[in-house]
Amino acid sequence: MSRKVELSLLLYGLLLSSMGEEEGLHQTQFLDTMFVRGLKRKCFDGEEDIEGTLAGIKAIPSYNLQRQSLLDMSLVKLQLCHMLVEPNLCRSVLIANTVRQIQEEMTQDGTWQMINTQSTGQASLDRLVSTDILCRSSRDQAEGKHVPAYGTFNKDFESDQAQDSSETMSTASSVQAPRNLQSNVWEMENPQENKGNFQKSLDQIFETLENKSPNSVEDLFSEVDNSYYDLDTMLTGMMSNTKMGHCDNLETFSTPTNTASNSNCKSDLNDLDHIVEILVES
Amino acid sequence: MLSDRVGFPHKVFGLLSKQPKQNTWFQRFPSLGAGGGNDIQWCFSQVKGAVDDDVAEADIISTVEFNHSGELLATGDKGGRVVIFQQEQENKTQSHSRGEYNVYSTFQSHEPEFDYLKSLEIEEKINKIRWLPQKNAAQFLLSTNDKTIKLWKISERDKRPEGYNLKEEDGRYRDPTTVTTLRVPVFRPMDLMVEASPRRIFANAHTYHINSISINSDYETYLSADDLRINLWHLEITDRSFNIVDIKPANMEELTEVITAAEFHPNSCSTFVYSSSKGTIRLCDMRASALCDRHSKLFEEPEDPSNRSFFSEIISSISDVKFSHSGRYMMTRDYLSVKIWDLNMENRPVETYQVHEYLRSKLCSLYENDCIFDKFECCWNGSDSIVMTGSYNNFFRMFDRNTKRDITLEASRENNKPRTVLKPRKVCASGKRKKDEISVDSLDFNKKILHTAWHPKENIIAVATTNNLYIFQDKMN
Repeated sequence: MSRKVELSLLLYGLLLSSMGEEEGLHQTQFLDTMFVRGLKRKCFDGEEDIEGTLAGIKAIPSYNLQRQSLLDMSLVKLQLCHMLVEPNLCRSVLIANTVRQIQEEMTQDGTWQMINTQSTGQASLDRLVSTDILCRSSRDQAEGKHVPAYGTFNKDFESDQAQDSSETMSTASSVQAPRNLQSNVWEMENPQENKGNFQKSLDQIFETLENKSPNSVEDLFSEVDNSYYDLDTMLTGMMSNTKMGHCDNLETFSTPTNTASNSNCKSDLNDLDHIVEILVES
Repeated sequence: MLSDRVGFPHKVFGLLSKQPKQNTWFQRFPSLGAGGGNDIQWCFSQVKGAVDDDVAEADIISTVEFNHSGELLATGDKGGRVVIFQQEQENKTQSHSRGEYNVYSTFQSHEPEFDYLKSLEIEEKINKIRWLPQKNAAQFLLSTNDKTIKLWKISERDKRPEGYNLKEEDGRYRDPTTVTTLRVPVFRPMDLMVEASPRRIFANAHTYHINSISINSDYETYLSADDLRINLWHLEITDRSFNIVDIKPANMEELTEVITAAEFHPNSCSTFVYSSSKGTIRLCDMRASALCDRHSKLFEEPEDPSNRSFFSEIISSISDVKFSHSGRYMMTRDYLSVKIWDLNMENRPVETYQVHEYLRSKLCSLYENDCIFDKFECCWNGSDSIVMTGSYNNFFRMFDRNTKRDITLEASRENNKPRTVLKPRKVCASGKRKKDEISVDSLDFNKKILHTAWHPKENIIAVATTNNLYIFQDKMN
């Protein structure tokens, strides 16, 4: 499976895993009070004891959770594709900077390491924070809550299916497909091989802009298959294409090269956007 | 006493320190603007646009601009159309109100396009309109969408030639053999017709989305700015433009800052400024080098550490920059405030006005619903004494730089009668809500005023809500 698709799955998993959290994106009022004065989180006091620090994490109220929610929200914003029009570069840059800022802070106060140690039992303090950590933590969460998360998803789709829309059907079937594949991917996934560097994913956001410039016409024509657009559209939401990100990405699992019509993809995307919106707001 | 030492007589000093009396000269001539934002009583004058709440996407107003005399008012919308209103000549019998603005010309400026190379649509939404100063009978304006700038000529035709020898009046050609006498065609009056024709099309110079255009004080050149580059054009030459600012990093992975607005200095034809998403303004001099990547001045206010949050950068992003008419000051608008900068002082603004500070505690919600990315514009009045900007809930704010007083007004159809004085509004930030106040939670964030314009000479303002254009003027006694 291509690296790009892996990464897009990762982010998609992030999205879903954040839905399963109890304090989710919808509690923005709470978030507002946390962020209102930009309060610095309570210091860890440099405790070396892992258990103690883990207990510290749970005791610290929600700053970390809220920060994580903000991070998830930001990634979702970067993910969601827009229609045929190029999204706003200024907005994307600002969101990406916010994500970087959160990542830096998480690196500084060792939260990333904590999560890493918690899940794998390895203490690699020197390793630069990468999406490895993010992957593993979210994978753990995702696998743990795999069934319920998808269950909710499927329920929504089932009710949509009742509307007798062929487009919804295709989306539904394509969503169910990755469920099995996803767990396989992450089980097979070797941490060392995971090239989904967090920083890199942000970089790719802007790189795709370069790739799409008129200068790289050869690039454009060299990879006409769907996977070229998948990661770009999933990650950046900037390169909207007639073959849209969400539906296209998911469809690759069901059918190899799917040349869906524009209108088909558009309504797929509309449905998926709508559902994601519901999930985010629920 | 100081006055003794410097030789000033006591009497003069006393006069200078007194409060101005009533009925002084600036009370009787409010159009000079020195009276202050609160001394002006703003009245509803007109509203243009559809009444129903269902807003058609194409009708969303995206830019508003008075021309240099104030006689014409142009609006651009999301559907690529430009509508120009003209002020009626003042009626001598109706001396208590200024002329009304009525539709003068409507034309389709930009059409949606498709970029085949990137497989992306190019929106026809008009991002900016800028008028050229009038040189002859016709009017000229520049309008731009994300990629293409067009120079439009708007001309009047109120005469037409009649009495052709070879043509009938309805246009059909006459058989030359039937012509027995010759006559000279003459011009006869006709109903006024206003024609708009595109005279120049400046295309293919921007990879990213154009956010600003600004005409130079030499009236021959203008600049266009997109997210990463600024280009200089000559109004007569469409196939060539010069790149004067380029902040695109060699490696797009390193992109952290974009250009948000740019403007030429009103008097100095080699000076321009551009603002960034990180809250900085750079002043550049084109005489220094061909590529103005190195700024001459950098205007930046140090961050307030007590207000630091994850949203600090986003709310510091500047959405608009405008020079004062005098050219001495410039104004910037970021998400929560308006700042006035003296061009001679780079390290901090000389004045800061809070537009809607009560939103600071709601930033996360506003981030979630994307409102935090709204780009509000700002404008000066003719005498540079008052500045105005928009807010949510169809509120707009004015700040008087002299009296330091501010006022919040609402653009709504409820105050529909002409010469109805607008009632000041107040938002209750927290605690007990007084009567007539509105609590922050009941603000409608879908009703935002992003675009406002002030008549260059009179106290007439144009305020655009989502799809309506309101015109207010001061109460004339």
